[in-house]
Amino acid sequence: MAESSSVGVTKRKRHSFFVDFFLRLVKEKPLGTVGGVITLLLLLTGVFADLIAPYGMNESLGIANYMVAPSAQSWFGTDNLGRDILTRVIFGARVSVIVGLSATTLATVISLIIGILSGYIGGKLDLLVQRLVDVVMCLPALIFMMIIISVIGAGMWPVVVVIGLLWGIVGSRIIRSSVIGVKENVYVQAAVAIGCSTTRILIRHILPNIMAPTIILFTTRVPNVILVEASLSFLGFGIPPPTPSWGGMLSGSGRTYMFRAPWMAIWPGLALAMAVYGINMFGDAVRDLLDPRLRGGAGRYGTRAKRSPEKKVSPELRRA
Amino acid sequence: MRAYVIKRLLLAIPTLLIISLVAFFVVHLIPGDIISSMGATDPKTEIDRSMLERQFGLDAPAIVQYARWMGFAPQVDGSFSGISQGELGDSWWQGKSVVELVASAWPVTLELSIMGFTIGQLIALLIGIYSALRQDTRGDYIGRTIAILCISVPGFWIATMIIVLPSIWWGYMPSIMLIPFTEDPIGNLKMFIVPAIVMGMAMSGATMRMTRTMMLEVLRQDYIRTAWAKGLRERVVVVRHALKNALIPVITIIGIQMPVLIGGSVIIEQIFCLPGMGRLFYHATIQRDEPLVGTLLLIFAVILILINLLVDLTYAFLDPRVRYK
Repeated sequence: MAESSSVGVTKRKRHSFFVDFFLRLVKEKPLGTVGGVITLLLLLTGVFADLIAPYGMNESLGIANYMVAPSAQSWFGTDNLGRDILTRVIFGARVSVIVGLSATTLATVISLIIGILSGYIGGKLDLLVQRLVDVVMCLPALIFMMIIISVIGAGMWPVVVVIGLLWGIVGSRIIRSSVIGVKENVYVQAAVAIGCSTTRILIRHILPNIMAPTIILFTTRVPNVILVEASLSFLGFGIPPPTPSWGGMLSGSGRTYMFRAPWMAIWPGLALAMAVYGINMFGDAVRDLLDPRLRGGAGRYGTRAKRSPEKKVSPELRRA
Repeated sequence: MRAYVIKRLLLAIPTLLIISLVAFFVVHLIPGDIISSMGATDPKTEIDRSMLERQFGLDAPAIVQYARWMGFAPQVDGSFSGISQGELGDSWWQGKSVVELVASAWPVTLELSIMGFTIGQLIALLIGIYSALRQDTRGDYIGRTIAILCISVPGFWIATMIIVLPSIWWGYMPSIMLIPFTEDPIGNLKMFIVPAIVMGMAMSGATMRMTRTMMLEVLRQDYIRTAWAKGLRERVVVVRHALKNALIPVITIIGIQMPVLIGGSVIIEQIFCLPGMGRLFYHATIQRDEPLVGTLLLIFAVILILINLLVDLTYAFLDPRVRYK
């Protein structure tokens, strides 16, 4: 009986949580909303790349169309093999979406598993796991990834797995510290006292209560992961050509011909910067809305307040 | 304090041992070995595989090779010369010792990092403080936009644009040859300033935002009101009372970002053709130069461990409540 009522409560709460969240996003975070729109556009472009793109992914427009400047026929110009840059930028969005989402999901799952086990069980396991996390944190990530990729070979899935593993291990610290905070709560002790199994406590009591930091970790990691994939592809340790990746388009032929056909280097980078900017803005808004510490009650003794001490500016300062 | 430093350095030893194991065995797994690469470059010459394997010590099991590399086991000629004896080994490809290669590369990376770090962090701190003091004004919005742009715009793209656009518009090309500081200090600085700024940019965004957030929090404390009430000047209130207290999390963020500086050096040195540690590592990885890759990874890890220690010691300087025992 107790169980069914608790399920009902969480469900109702969760529904209103998302609606409430959306309303607050639009109302309080104009820049975050713009970021959200860019994120949505990126997602849609990635999913419907085949429908939007004017040409095929690796389709050449013929030898007469090698390195043509942007024109009505191909808006972003063509590359050294006569391929339409706009098409490749659109398909590049798909690569970024796939890598960004799957690597971040993998990383978050790994962070959750390591963080929850290490934080909840503690003791010797915690000590051992944390030393291993220390080791990974002492390795310069990009450099270590270059070595691992040269061992397992380049490609989309190797990149996803490597980024997911490394970022997952490093991110487990954040999950672990929240678990340690949540574990001390009375309801966890109560659950132990009425004889809940450890698995049940972890899934039903710990996991829902560390959702906010997990979501924040996820949203702040996605743009980061997309940038890392682009850097790896740029260095030639990421997604190999002919698959269009924004980072890869900037290296190789993009660099060889960059003086003769600068559009080959300009557009993919611009798309990458836009996408990462949008997701960052959106992620920031999500973090601000989910983190109760950053909510309201601010700014009474700032320099602004010095000029007009009586002014209570809480709704405005919420944006801080 | 000294006891704390010694303890931290001792704790670093097991970490470094694990890193050396990881470095050696991961690098060892890279497919393709030196001998087949040698055969590939010059297919005409018959190579005596077993003779070469013995010469490089590749006929021994991996664990023995690791022990030799670290200096825990005697080399082929019976002498102990490994990392623990300070012998970093020889590069397979470049016919030079790793020490020699690193000695010529590290000044470039150090100069680049220090310049990039200083410029990036100084600007970040100034904009961050300004943004907090003028919260929700136009200047604040501009500052915050710059911060997010610094995080979002990939350094390798900006660097490429900096090389491409001036050459198209004005026919200007930056120098490809390294100008040593001792020969032409001005030319050397001119050469380094652009790559350094691009490298520093990637780190400055996070610092800027953290500085702003922390300053906003600190400016609301009672002791700031006390400082104002005492009639102190704004500069003193901001710098001595607010900034010093706001800096601790900022230092943490800076410390966390140091690996970015090392990763950035690989990309930036590659684009601007600077012969530093990053470029050395990049080519070593492409050429499968196992001893060079492993040793460089270990060197990077040592640098990071020392930087982390330095960051922790900075806390004690900034916060008198922090005492290390």
